[in-house]
Amino acid sequence: MKTSSCLAAPVLAAVSGLAATAASADDLTLCWAAWDPANALVELSKDFEAQSGHKMSFEFVPWPNFADRMLNELNSGGKLCDLMIGDSQWIGGAAENGNYIKLNDFFDAEGIKMDDFIPATVVGYAEWPKNTPNYWALPAFGDVVGWTYRKDWFSRPELQTEFKKTYGRDLGVPETLDQLMDIAKFFQGREIDGTTVYGAAIYTERGSEGITMGVTNALYNYGFQYGSPANPYELQGFVNSPEAAKGLEFYKALYDCCTPPGSSDWYMSEDIDAYKSGQVALQMNFAFIWPGVNADANVGGDKSGYFPNPAGPGGHFAQLGGQGISVVANSDQKDAALQYIKWFAQPEVQAKWWQLGGYSALKAVVEDPAFATSQPYAQTFLDSMAIVKDFWAEPAYADLMLAMQKRVHDYVVAGQGTAQEALDSLAKDWTAIFEDEGLL
Amino acid sequence: MFDSPMQRAARATPPEIARRIRGLSDRTVAWIFVSPTILLLLAVNIFPLIWTINLSFTNFRANRPNRAIEYVGFENYQRILTDGDIWLTMQATAHFLFWTILLQVLIGFTLAWLINRKFKGNDLWTTIIVLPMMLSPAVVGNFWTFLYQPQIGFFNYIVSFFTGVDPASFQMIGDVPLAPWAIVIVDTWMWTPFVMLICLAGLRSIPGYIYEAAEIDRASRWRQFWTITLPMVLPFLMLAVLFRGIENFKMFDLVVQLTGGGPGSTTELTSINLKREAFEKWRTGYASAYAVILFVTIFGLASIYVKALNKVKER
Repeated sequence: MKTSSCLAAPVLAAVSGLAATAASADDLTLCWAAWDPANALVELSKDFEAQSGHKMSFEFVPWPNFADRMLNELNSGGKLCDLMIGDSQWIGGAAENGNYIKLNDFFDAEGIKMDDFIPATVVGYAEWPKNTPNYWALPAFGDVVGWTYRKDWFSRPELQTEFKKTYGRDLGVPETLDQLMDIAKFFQGREIDGTTVYGAAIYTERGSEGITMGVTNALYNYGFQYGSPANPYELQGFVNSPEAAKGLEFYKALYDCCTPPGSSDWYMSEDIDAYKSGQVALQMNFAFIWPGVNADANVGGDKSGYFPNPAGPGGHFAQLGGQGISVVANSDQKDAALQYIKWFAQPEVQAKWWQLGGYSALKAVVEDPAFATSQPYAQTFLDSMAIVKDFWAEPAYADLMLAMQKRVHDYVVAGQGTAQEALDSLAKDWTAIFEDEGLL
Repeated sequence: MFDSPMQRAARATPPEIARRIRGLSDRTVAWIFVSPTILLLLAVNIFPLIWTINLSFTNFRANRPNRAIEYVGFENYQRILTDGDIWLTMQATAHFLFWTILLQVLIGFTLAWLINRKFKGNDLWTTIIVLPMMLSPAVVGNFWTFLYQPQIGFFNYIVSFFTGVDPASFQMIGDVPLAPWAIVIVDTWMWTPFVMLICLAGLRSIPGYIYEAAEIDRASRWRQFWTITLPMVLPFLMLAVLFRGIENFKMFDLVVQLTGGGPGSTTELTSINLKREAFEKWRTGYASAYAVILFVTIFGLASIYVKALNKVKER
């Protein structure tokens, strides 16, 4: 690849210059989303500052504007960020447009092995093209969509009795999406401690990526596939299969029956607020919120439990989240930025990252025998990471995402057309995008 | 005797420069003064416009600097004008434009007519009424999302109080039939004071003696309104409609904060759609064609309207 060979030279130069530049202090700016893990990273990075002498600055942007802001920054050749913890789906575009530097030579020189990281995170966050050993990022933060539930409500004897009478089974962690729907219906509109509560807070946000990150958890498990196994860009019958339409119908049914009023444009923060304020029994959200839930005064500790996205009739998957950390090609401090990545990849730093609330993707951390019991949500994280599937990471990712946001929101929230029509339109949109890209 | 500023400037001018200027005609001197402004206008207005028109005939994407740019003729224009989804955004924009302008003119004029009367606390009321337009659209959009919250929102409780319906039973920004009205209500709340101020200026410009003459002729209040007040305020009203029309045609911030274009694409106005094409999908050529179409539409409509406005003023 022409781009990668061009980029290899500055990387090599940067790697060979590491020792020489270590003595001089640089100001490094790390760009990421504004969320709880970012605060943990600020804390963690103090060790890097102390060791390297470099000064770290941070640019955190709220999630709904994160892609918009940072992709603008990368595409306009801005120099704001030296290090970027960019979303997994950006990797194709960032690699092909020369926004990130290729890290293979650096990894080889520093003895950083991708085999040391959870395989799904390497494919999802670091590789482009996928499933090839071309690395543009170091897996930085493992994340996946999972569920949080009100363990204290689930354990109430009167609710358990009523649930068993109604559904013929115990009120517990759902193993299938249908069971999850039953639980959500059971809690919808119920009075608990004098307050009306609702079934589930799910992703419905229209503007960025919210509803797509939510609905895929139903679609995958009903049989939706991004493309034919033989040709990934052959979409007809895969994106819009009858099974996929059933998955979309399921998500709409869940939205219609069991979500709080006014939740037509909810994403991570709205779901967190609804759950922490005691409005909902179940919450769909990325795993990054679990440390915050566990520590929360109202719903933390034993009051909450965690479970992976339940299986559906077509399989058992969960939407991958998370990010890798990359060096921005336009940065003037590439060597210092690479130093940061080298430091961050160390097992002891990764262990501390997990302690502070960051989800390490390093096998040495997550495969430690003590990991699964180190936090109440640790086992759920491991189980969830084992079933991940990700959205397109093509250079045309934004086009693909916006098309899906529109088609899915039009059907699920606005109630326009049928599920089959929505997915047929989506397949048509995506085909047109791939044709524009010259892939079809 | 004191020197005039011109004489002082002439004395201060170095002889070499003075000799050169003396040889210039008035027209040349005028061009020297005007040219920096013209250059600035060319750089920030005309050049980008020409460049946008040029890009609109290409498949250029600003985020793919390495990709070859191909001229595609009128393909972008054809795709836009035959795209059903874009016509839906045009419809949403037309709905928003029509109702906001109608309501703002009616309410704004009524408020101006009331405020124009002399009563105690007149100034205080004027200040209170104009407060919404002093706020940032992002702030207004944000706090109206709270007002519209079905569970805790004040708006739903007010509706519930007067109609008896359960406040949690309807979602102003989540229901397809209600969301277009939700954005109309907020924009009307925010910008009616602007129309009111313009109408107030119009009302206060009508000389009192015209009404006195009408009174002497025993013209009724109704007759005075139709034959004096409305015709004399009409140019001001039309100006307000022009300003609000142009502003609302490119409405973005308020609606993005309120609904993000949803539910579905119900409130996706053309400006929101254009922004998504240009800066999220990065289809720069396509978005340029889209922008040119919008520009021509606004420019054409505004030109016709300004001609009508001038005719009204001449009457």
